[in-house]
Amino acid sequence: MATLAAALPETAPQTRILGASFSWWLLIAPAVILMLAFYAFPLAEVLWISFTEPEPGFGNYERLLTSAALQRVWMTTLRICTITTVITLVAGYVVAYALVSAPPRMQRWMFVCVLLPLWISVLVRAFAWVTLLRSQGVVNEALLGIGVIDQPLRLIWNEFGIAVGMVHYMIPYAVLPLYASMRDIDPRLVPAARGLGATRIEAFRRVFLPLTLPGIVAATVLVFIFSLGFYVTPAILGGGRTLMVAEYIKLQILDLIRWGVGTMMASTLLVAVVVVLAIFARVVDFRRLFGGRH
Amino acid sequence: MAALQHSLTVRRLAKHYGPTRAVDDVTLTIGRGQFVTLLGPSGSGKTTILMAIAGFVQPTAGEILLDETPITPLPPEKRNFGMVFQGYALFPHMTVAENVTFPLRVRNVARAEAERRVAEALDLVQLGHLKDRRPSQLSGGQQQRVALARALVFQPALLLLDEPLSALDKKLRAELQVELKALHRRVGLTFIYVTHDQEEALSMSDSIAILRDGKLVQEGPPGTLYERPATRFVADFLGKSNFLAGRIVERRNDGFAYAVDGARFVQHGPPPAGDDVLIALRPEKIGIAAEGEPAPNTVEGTITAWSYFGTSFALIVETAAAGTLQVTVPAWRCPVEPAEGRRVRLAWTADASVPVVRD
Repeated sequence: MATLAAALPETAPQTRILGASFSWWLLIAPAVILMLAFYAFPLAEVLWISFTEPEPGFGNYERLLTSAALQRVWMTTLRICTITTVITLVAGYVVAYALVSAPPRMQRWMFVCVLLPLWISVLVRAFAWVTLLRSQGVVNEALLGIGVIDQPLRLIWNEFGIAVGMVHYMIPYAVLPLYASMRDIDPRLVPAARGLGATRIEAFRRVFLPLTLPGIVAATVLVFIFSLGFYVTPAILGGGRTLMVAEYIKLQILDLIRWGVGTMMASTLLVAVVVVLAIFARVVDFRRLFGGRH
Repeated sequence: MAALQHSLTVRRLAKHYGPTRAVDDVTLTIGRGQFVTLLGPSGSGKTTILMAIAGFVQPTAGEILLDETPITPLPPEKRNFGMVFQGYALFPHMTVAENVTFPLRVRNVARAEAERRVAEALDLVQLGHLKDRRPSQLSGGQQQRVALARALVFQPALLLLDEPLSALDKKLRAELQVELKALHRRVGLTFIYVTHDQEEALSMSDSIAILRDGKLVQEGPPGTLYERPATRFVADFLGKSNFLAGRIVERRNDGFAYAVDGARFVQHGPPPAGDDVLIALRPEKIGIAAEGEPAPNTVEGTITAWSYFGTSFALIVETAAAGTLQVTVPAWRCPVEPAEGRRVRLAWTADASVPVVRD
């Protein structure tokens, strides 16, 4: 480095803006402008509308405290998100564990199977669940056929249907951080624990599980936050009967043209996401969690 | 202390992975309170045997007995053996004290009792002052000691050690060899030690079992194995050896004479059956003799390469009769100045070498 610096011709001191050189700013300028124009500005606009429509003030936000319908939407959303997150994590943990334990060849195929759904449109997947779960769907027909039930089960257009579709969508997002944290565990640790007298279950509980905690937190954050703003799956599998926040916003803005309430809900959703992140950031180091160095 | 000592018998143990025989019919008895080393190159089956003893590998055939009790079907956690893994396998999310407490906690030892024993175990390895550190904050040698304390704290029946020093540098390794041996004397437990490092095996063990391709080749005290290797492999693996392949030309009561490419050498001890003989000759047992000095076996040659090790010179000498010989001469009393191309006269006594089996 020293020799390289010496070999370069002396240049005049560069203009520095906020501690970085002018050319550095030039390089990132397109991205910054794009973000400001198409992200920050509309966001500010949404925030602005939520305080000004239909009349200036906190009127829209007051509704959060007074409107039972709004509260119900939020409770439904939080409930479905929590259920989805818990189920996704348990299922994802099992899949991730199977992945790290599999021989390398097998592992590649398993990875393909985990990641493949990511490339299939969420719309297609939601409709696939509709065909499986509706009254005359494959699942109900099969259960009726073998005589387990004599009435079709209501598997869809309710919270159950939404949870099924969302868990299915979210599993890869849980598997990846969990897999990463499990892969980093020294494979001798569990045998060591057992050699020291721990049963399989104790070795898992006292050694393996605590070491995957960062992965569990990462997966929880990822899945929960994703779920909060989920739109397509709840819209299709909820059938308009079970409303989650994202669908409610769409309803307010596109169907009822109540921009004030819609943007208020959008802003609240954003705040909710930031709050969740802030809570978890107190517990874990996010930069490390998502692969950065600390 | 003697009450804690157990013997271990491995009887006709075999472990097959498909067509590969990782362990092939090994029978081995490890006496009470002994320090026994399983020594062999990688793939010799030594680690598989240790893992079978520990309970992590279920043998294809054979059985393992602690004293007289068969333990083969027991899971690892029921065997009550202390184990130090290669790379130590310390729990990174626990402090030193928590690591050492682990075996007591899973045994539901009362808190006060556990604290006392952990303090004792940490004192044993002189790490009491580091008990609140995490493993990642310790040096390799300290981690190794934590692993030892953790393996000893629950008063195990045996201590199993899987290449515990392989990750350390040479100097630290030598220090810890001395410490381990002292520890073995102090705690009086039976130690079973796996390594591929012959120096480690020689310096610490009461007994060494040499393994090759899943088979037990030779077993015995280090001195016996070094001085009287049974096979070419043992002579070559434990220390260095030159090999002379000859034909027996004369048999006497106390020895025999053999010819190698026309040169005649004498060997002490009973002659082996058959006319062909393979003689193992340690480099340090060859001396440089002055011209005309009488010696039972002499051979003339030219130094083709040499290196200086402080304590000794290692010479490569090209001879007409015995081929290329490695010779180690103490540096401070080397009679000639080593130089490439210099002629030397090598000599050794009839009991310096030993006949070995080809394998």
